[in-house]
Amino acid sequence: MAREITQAIVNGILVGGVYALMAVGLTLIFGVLDIINIAQGVLVILGAYLSYSLFTKAGIDPFLGLLITIPAMFIIGVVIHWAFISRLRGGERTSMTLLVTYAVALIIEGILFKIYGADNVQISPKYVNSSVHILGFYVGWVYIWGFILAVALVAVVYVLLYRTRFGRSVRAVMQDETAARLVGISVNRVAAFTFGIGVAVTAAGGVVFGATNAFNANSGYDLISRLLSIVILGGLGSVGGALGASVFMLTMESVVTIWQPTWAVAVYYAALVIVLVYRPTGLFGRKAVRAQ
Amino acid sequence: METLVKGGGLIVLLVLAVLFPQVFANPAVTNYGILALIFATAAVAWHIFAGNTGYISLGQAVFYGSGAYAMGVAARDWHVQGTSVFELLPLSGAVGAAIAIPFGLIALRVRRHTFIVVTIAVFFIFQLMAFNFWFTGGSSGLGSPFLSWAPVPYNQNFYYIALACTVGSVVVAWLIGRSRFGLQLRAIRDDEDRARGLGVKAMRVKLAAFTISGAITAIIGAVWFYYLNQVHPQTGFNPLFDLTLVLMVFLGGFGSISGAVLGALIIEPLTQWMNTQPAFSGSISEVIIGAILLLVVLFMPRGIVPTGGEFITKIRTRGRPAVIPATTIGPASSASSASSVSSGDAR
Repeated sequence: MAREITQAIVNGILVGGVYALMAVGLTLIFGVLDIINIAQGVLVILGAYLSYSLFTKAGIDPFLGLLITIPAMFIIGVVIHWAFISRLRGGERTSMTLLVTYAVALIIEGILFKIYGADNVQISPKYVNSSVHILGFYVGWVYIWGFILAVALVAVVYVLLYRTRFGRSVRAVMQDETAARLVGISVNRVAAFTFGIGVAVTAAGGVVFGATNAFNANSGYDLISRLLSIVILGGLGSVGGALGASVFMLTMESVVTIWQPTWAVAVYYAALVIVLVYRPTGLFGRKAVRAQ
Repeated sequence: METLVKGGGLIVLLVLAVLFPQVFANPAVTNYGILALIFATAAVAWHIFAGNTGYISLGQAVFYGSGAYAMGVAARDWHVQGTSVFELLPLSGAVGAAIAIPFGLIALRVRRHTFIVVTIAVFFIFQLMAFNFWFTGGSSGLGSPFLSWAPVPYNQNFYYIALACTVGSVVVAWLIGRSRFGLQLRAIRDDEDRARGLGVKAMRVKLAAFTISGAITAIIGAVWFYYLNQVHPQTGFNPLFDLTLVLMVFLGGFGSISGAVLGALIIEPLTQWMNTQPAFSGSISEVIIGAILLLVVLFMPRGIVPTGGEFITKIRTRGRPAVIPATTIGPASSASSASSVSSGDAR
C-alpha cells in the first residue's frame, strides 16, 4: 500500500509540474490584466491539436515542434488581446472580459470540432508508451520529459519576470497600474506581451496533455475548471501559489484515485471550497484580490 | 401617461403571448415558444440575483439540473403519474432553495472573479454527482413519466405552463426591483463595503436573492425536464446553459428585467433554429453564438434595452437640453453621463 501511495505521489508531482505551467499562464494574465482567461483550457487543446497535426502530417516530433507551436500560440495570444481584450473599458470590465474569453473559447472549440471532429485523438510518438524503472517505480518517459519541459519553461518565465527589465515592468503593472503608467511604462504593451506569454505556455502544456490523455475539442472544459481551481487555491495573481497549488492538487487527486477513482476529481473542487471558507484570498493570495 | 402607455404595451404583449399557440398550433412552432419562455424565466431568475447584485454566477445550471433531477427522482420513487407530476414543482423549487443556501453561504464570501470560479467549481461537483450517484441513473440519465396528451395540446399546455412561469418570475423580479430589498441589492452592486457601512446586512440580502433565484431556476428546470421527458448529466448540468443565460442578459441589457426577457426571446429561438439547419449543424452554431457574444460585448456592451432606451430619449429630447434618464439603473446611467471613460480607468 505504501508503495502504491508513493507511486501516486511521484505521478502527481510529475503531472502537477505540467499543470503548473498552464496555471502560471493563467495567473500571470490575471495579475497583469485583472481578467480570467476562460479560453485557457481550449487554448491548451488548440496547442495539443497543433502538435498533433505537425506530428501526424509533417512527422515533426511533438517536443521539437514546440519551436513552432510556442511562437504560434504567442502570436494567437497577442492577437486575441489586441482584437478583443484591449478594447474593453469601463465599469463592467470584469464580467465583459470574462464573456469575451468565453466567446473566444467557444469559437475556437467550434472550429476545432469542424476540423478534427468529435473523435478522441492522442499524440503518440513511440516513446509515449515506454517507461523507465527508477528506484523501483515505473515512470513513463513522456511524464519525465513533460516535467523537465515544465520546470524549464517555468524557470524561463521566472527569469523573465524577476531578472529582466520587461519583468520589472510586468510586476510594476501588477502592483499598481496607474503608478506604472505614471513612470512611463507602456501598460498596453506589457499587457499584450503578458497575454501572449500566458497563452504561449499552453503550447507546451498542450503537448504533454495531448501525449498523456486522449482529447477532443470538448476537453477544454474539464481542463479550465481544474486550472481555475488551481489558481484560485494558490491565490489569484501569485505565480508561486500556482506552482504549489498544482502540485498539491494533482498529488492529492492521484492519491485519492487509489481508493476512489470516480470521485477523485471532486477532491479538486472540495479542496477549493474548503480553503475558500477559511481563506477567501487563497493560500498565497494578495489582499487586493478581494477588494472590489 | 407614461405608465398608461407602458401598462397598455405590457397587456398587448401578454395577449399576443397568450394567443401565439392558438394561431400557430403547429408543435414545431410552439416548441420554439416553449423553449424561449423557459429560457426567459431562467434569464429573469439569473437577473434577480446577478443583475441586481452585480455578482456574475456561472453556476445557475446547478439549480436547473437539480430541479429537473428532483422531479425525476421523486416521480420515479413515489410512482407519481400523469398530470399530478406537476404537483412536484414546489418540491423542485424547495430543493433549489435548499441547495442555494449552503452554496451561497460558501460562494458569497468571495467576490468578483473568485466568486465566478467558485460557482463554476460547484457546478462541476454537481455534474459529477449527477454522473455518479446511485439514484440519478448515471450517464444514461432519467426519464419522466409519460403524459398521454396529443402533440398539439401537449405543446400548448406546456406553452402556458412556461408562460405562467415567465410571468410569475417577471412579477417577482419587478416586486424585488421596486422594494427596499431590491435597493439594498443594488447598493451592494454599486459598492458593497459602503452598503455594509450604511447598515445593509450584505450577506443575508445576497443570500436571499441567490435563494429566490435558485428556487425559480429549479422550478423551470423541472418544467423543462418534463417537457423533454428526459435529463442527462450533460444536458441538465450544461456549462453552455450558464453561458447562454449570461449572453441573453447581456444582449438584452444587464440589470433590466425586459433586457433579460428580450435576450432570451432572441437567442433561444435562434439557437433552436440553427440546430434544425444542416448548414449550421453542430459546431458552427457554437461559433456563431460566440461571435454574437463578441459583437455584443465589443459594440453594444450595455445591451439592447439601455442602448435603445437612450436612443429614444435622444430623439424625444432633440433641441432641448439633454437630460440623463433617471430610469436607467446603476452603471448604465453613470456610463452615459461620463461617456468618455479614459483608458486609465480600465479596471
